[in-house]
Amino acid sequence: MEFEAVIGLEVHAQLSTQSKIFCACSAAFGAPPNENTCPVCTGMPGVLPVLNRKAVEFTIRTALATSCAVQSKSVFARKNYFYPDLPKAYQISQYELPLALAGHIDIEADGGTKRIGITRIHMEEDAGKLVHEGEFAGAQASLADLNRCSVPLMEIVSEPDMRTPEEGGAYLRRLRDILVYLEVCDGNMEEGSFRCDANVSVRPKGQKEFGTKAELKNMNSFRNVEKALEYEIRRQVEQIEDGGTVAQETRLWDAAANVTIPMRGKEEAHDYRYFPDPDLLPLIVDDAWIDALRKTIPELPAEKVARLASTCGISRYDAELLSSSRALADFFEASVKIYGGNPKVSANECIHWKDAVAAGKISPETIAHAVEDRETGKISATASKTLVELVIRTGKPLRQLREEKGLSQVSDAGALEETVAKVIAANPKEAESYRNGKAGLLSFFVGQVMKETKGKANPKIVQEVLKKKLG
Amino acid sequence: MHEWTLQEAARKVRDKEISSRELTRALLDRIERINPKINAYVTVLHDKAMAEATARDETQAKGEALGVLHGVPLGLKDIFCTRGIRTTCGSRILSYFLPPYDAAVAEKVAASGAVLLGKHNMDEFAMGSSTETSHFGPTRNPWATGRIPGGSSGGTAAAVAAGLCYAGVGTDTGGSIRQPASLCGVVGVKPTYGRVSRYGMIAFASSLDQGGPVTRTVPDAAMMLGVIAGHDRRDSTSVDLPVPDYPAAAERPVKGMKVGLPREYFEVEGLDPAVRGAMEKALDALVVQGAQAVEISLPHTSFAVATYYIIAPAEASSNLARYDGVRYGYRAKVAGGLIEMMSRTRAEGFGAEVKRRIMIGTYALSAGYYEAYYGKAQKVRTLIRRDFDAAFAKVDAILTPTSPTPAFRLGEKTGDPLTMYLSDIFTIPCNLAGIPGISVPCGMSAEGLPIGAQLLAGHFREETLFTAAAAIERALPHPPVAPLEGA
Ligand SMILES: [Zn+2]
Repeated sequence: MEFEAVIGLEVHAQLSTQSKIFCACSAAFGAPPNENTCPVCTGMPGVLPVLNRKAVEFTIRTALATSCAVQSKSVFARKNYFYPDLPKAYQISQYELPLALAGHIDIEADGGTKRIGITRIHMEEDAGKLVHEGEFAGAQASLADLNRCSVPLMEIVSEPDMRTPEEGGAYLRRLRDILVYLEVCDGNMEEGSFRCDANVSVRPKGQKEFGTKAELKNMNSFRNVEKALEYEIRRQVEQIEDGGTVAQETRLWDAAANVTIPMRGKEEAHDYRYFPDPDLLPLIVDDAWIDALRKTIPELPAEKVARLASTCGISRYDAELLSSSRALADFFEASVKIYGGNPKVSANECIHWKDAVAAGKISPETIAHAVEDRETGKISATASKTLVELVIRTGKPLRQLREEKGLSQVSDAGALEETVAKVIAANPKEAESYRNGKAGLLSFFVGQVMKETKGKANPKIVQEVLKKKLG
Repeated sequence: MHEWTLQEAARKVRDKEISSRELTRALLDRIERINPKINAYVTVLHDKAMAEATARDETQAKGEALGVLHGVPLGLKDIFCTRGIRTTCGSRILSYFLPPYDAAVAEKVAASGAVLLGKHNMDEFAMGSSTETSHFGPTRNPWATGRIPGGSSGGTAAAVAAGLCYAGVGTDTGGSIRQPASLCGVVGVKPTYGRVSRYGMIAFASSLDQGGPVTRTVPDAAMMLGVIAGHDRRDSTSVDLPVPDYPAAAERPVKGMKVGLPREYFEVEGLDPAVRGAMEKALDALVVQGAQAVEISLPHTSFAVATYYIIAPAEASSNLARYDGVRYGYRAKVAGGLIEMMSRTRAEGFGAEVKRRIMIGTYALSAGYYEAYYGKAQKVRTLIRRDFDAAFAKVDAILTPTSPTPAFRLGEKTGDPLTMYLSDIFTIPCNLAGIPGISVPCGMSAEGLPIGAQLLAGHFREETLFTAAAAIERALPHPPVAPLEGA
């Protein structure tokens, strides 16, 4: 029997706002324990949450970029449970009425595009973390670090529209790229600012009903998500083929062993007793606000790839490489605006130097000037590479360095004639042989001229002048 | 001098007839003598209050601008967080809690120039109608120390009635300011929901809680509300409306005001004849001064108590979940793990009434019961609000008793929570509707126990309340301070 998998993904993305979602504390990562806390995010008596407007705007922009319907009224609820990393003993999260519903994003799959539905996007606050003294089991003490408490998150829930681990990976990467393009999330999976849980089930191909699903957690890279999905699909198929059934459970990905394992301990059937948080008014979003935010949506990755490939004369492959970062694509476009020339060369340069671009070590002029000087013969390919490296090291403009280091090449035929004449005069025998048909000697003369000019002559021009003089 | 009104005391300090130090010293001395009899204060700030009074006098000597309550000693219900000053909420679980911040109300009172004498006793987490659930022992009624002062702001009402401060600020979730004000013969105001910031006011039921003044006269209450009202960005439910000149409203004539008498409130079983008699006097006082009485109906009144006892415990069960012994407050000494520590902390830290309400609320919110209880209660709440909207289309204010009976005896109702809950039957609908209410003294029972009249008005119509309550007060003057034996 042939099986197919049904995959839905839940992404928790940390919004890159300056402050937390319900207080003015910094939302920055990596501060000393409990440094970024105040009475509000540590759940002291009598304090109240005040919604961060920026966090709302970031979520609305995400909703618009994923074609979701932004809801005019959404409501924050309390999800009640006891845990030492949750100071209020409830998490404020949108529940019945989320901020956005029913969107989609398109991914590349099997050479075409496939549309993956987005069920909902809602806002919520993060919890803190516990630090255990020694191993978790039998720890002598546990300490709470509440820095992460109330850091703003948005949860993006997909429809169960993916059928393969590759589609899951493609969806995640595309979603991450969109969030990074919007500058609403840094997309860093390792630091936990972009987290993914997966719901997976399998069913005989052609069957309409879904199989029993397992929820996968603890996957902290795109690759791990794909590997965990692959493993879990295989496991479920084997289970069924062996005459067994799939249990509805939460499983953790063990990246070291490359397996999913059931979450330890019996899962408690939680009753979170959700109810609307009386401390927060319903969130009302009017059309004017949405329209204003719509104007801030930049060109998104899919559109950018299509435009660069169709209008800039570069390959789709290069367009995708350039569009992997909004900054890199912008850099490329700025560079070809300064010097058009052959955009393929500019694209290759931008891709080659992408780390320096990301680090802000070179400007679009650097690449534009390097490409222009090479195409007009002012510098050699080697000199071009040397010069960009020098720009990165010194921060000086490329053309200034070219002069300082004497890396221009002589491309003026007139200026080379004298040297060429001198070289021919100094090697009469070789000149004779060349004229008698030993064409291979041309490279000997080129070498001599290059030596005489200390490598600054443009070899192409040297050849032309030599041919004329020797001819 | 303890019998002066708040306005008198403020004027005398301003006119340098008396210094803040003298006034504060006199009240601290009086607290020292009287408080052991009634237990109105859980914390008295002897040194801090004197230091504050000294600073006020120095400010005045320098000729700097003075706040409206400059140098006047006041008290706050121990539900308002005060920076570096123990804030217990009447509970063992917060018996050593030192807040690192001030409640908005505490800030406003300090900004007005007042001097904080101490923190008033209260029912634990404001859950109670008699101040008997306090971990720090019950407060007694200054008019009859064998009786309860009402609750949950019983400490505040008793302190004001006994002349242990010129004014206090309490909180009212289902009558917790108005009912003790009525039972102690003082004035208490429950402002419109959103009028006074809840920031730093320890939450009982967030959608119902509201801070408000307790004073000995209506103009004092108006003055005090002017100090504590106003928008606060730290409270999302606080409303951004200008604060009117409330004291001016207390001087306006009541002539032409339409006063509604809700049929359902006077049909309540167990309405004490003395209360009924006092209400007739209050109505007469208004009519004589030119107000017009109109009979009205608030048809959903009989559902109010049941609705309240679902919504308030539900919110409380969530609000009180944070007291787990992890970060602050009482922590049980146990050798076991996390769950045992949390369970024991809460078992030992909370009293019986608080536990009862946490259980009711947890049940009302649980899966499978939510719609039948919490969902239904919210719908009834809307109907109760509509009752009032319809009524205020016809009348300016509504007159009712505040409490069905005068103060009952200590221990009389502690064994019977349901009877206790019914003592808030007249005050609860106002919180459910979010409208303002006031209790003003309007007579005495045969045993010499105070009786209060409640006036209600539409949202943000506190001025109407002050106008009508001042008219009752002018016609039916009451003694300034309870005549405590040996005081
Ligand atoms: Zn904070």
